[in-house]
Amino acid sequence: MIPLSYYIAVSSVLFIVGIIGVLIRRNFIIILMAVEVMLNAANINLVAFSYYLESLAGQVVALFVIAIAAGEAAVGLAIIILVFRGKIATNVDQINLLKW
Amino acid sequence: MTQALFFYYFSGATILSAVLTVALRNPVYCGLSLLSMLLHVAGLFVLLNAEFIAAVQVIIYAGAILVLYLFVLMLLNLKSEERFLHSRYAIILFFTLLIGGEFLLFVLRSPYSKKVGEISAEKIVQMGHSQTIGMAIFNDYLLPFEIVGVFLLGGIIGAIVLAKDIP
Repeated sequence: MIPLSYYIAVSSVLFIVGIIGVLIRRNFIIILMAVEVMLNAANINLVAFSYYLESLAGQVVALFVIAIAAGEAAVGLAIIILVFRGKIATNVDQINLLKW
Repeated sequence: MTQALFFYYFSGATILSAVLTVALRNPVYCGLSLLSMLLHVAGLFVLLNAEFIAAVQVIIYAGAILVLYLFVLMLLNLKSEERFLHSRYAIILFFTLLIGGEFLLFVLRSPYSKKVGEISAEKIVQMGHSQTIGMAIFNDYLLPFEIVGVFLLGGIIGAIVLAKDIP
């Protein structure tokens, strides 16, 4: 029997990796992928707690998180295509149209 | 014993692929390591007695969302550039690792409550996981389910409006 804290540790490490990816990368699409890593960390946490607390609420919320991730990917990639097609920028730290 | 072995394999491979997703230079390789991470997370779900979530993870995440990412990646043909990290990445890395390490220590030392529900592993095995989770969704969580449906409709319309070529 694996203790709950092992799963918590795995999901925390995944979440930290995702945060680092969002903060240090310049490519649009890699940043969205790092957000997916963070959502997966949250899912591991939800399913692990659902298993150890013997309740189904966590697994249902994990399913909803997967649906939200699909919507986030669709809208985020549409925005990326828009930005790229308008030749506004090719990297995230060059987008400053709304800055002033 | 076998369970522990599989847990160590899946968690190690998950973390390794996540690090590669963040650290590799070529965006297509990043997408492929994200695929590896999603499949190993599905393995962790199987270890946690959540077979339906694991199947959904493989079908929707690895089958639909990741294909969307790779499609856009190859459509835009982003070059792997000279400088692929932020200009001040060292200081960001230092502070994130500091705060994250402290958070990890804090989370691992805190106690967790005992079981609160009545859906035990034996009950799930007896009834079948898809049936238990279907009963839960369509009895107790019907309103959030419908709200997610409306959200997906809004997401589809928003994506079409955003990406449409306006003459």
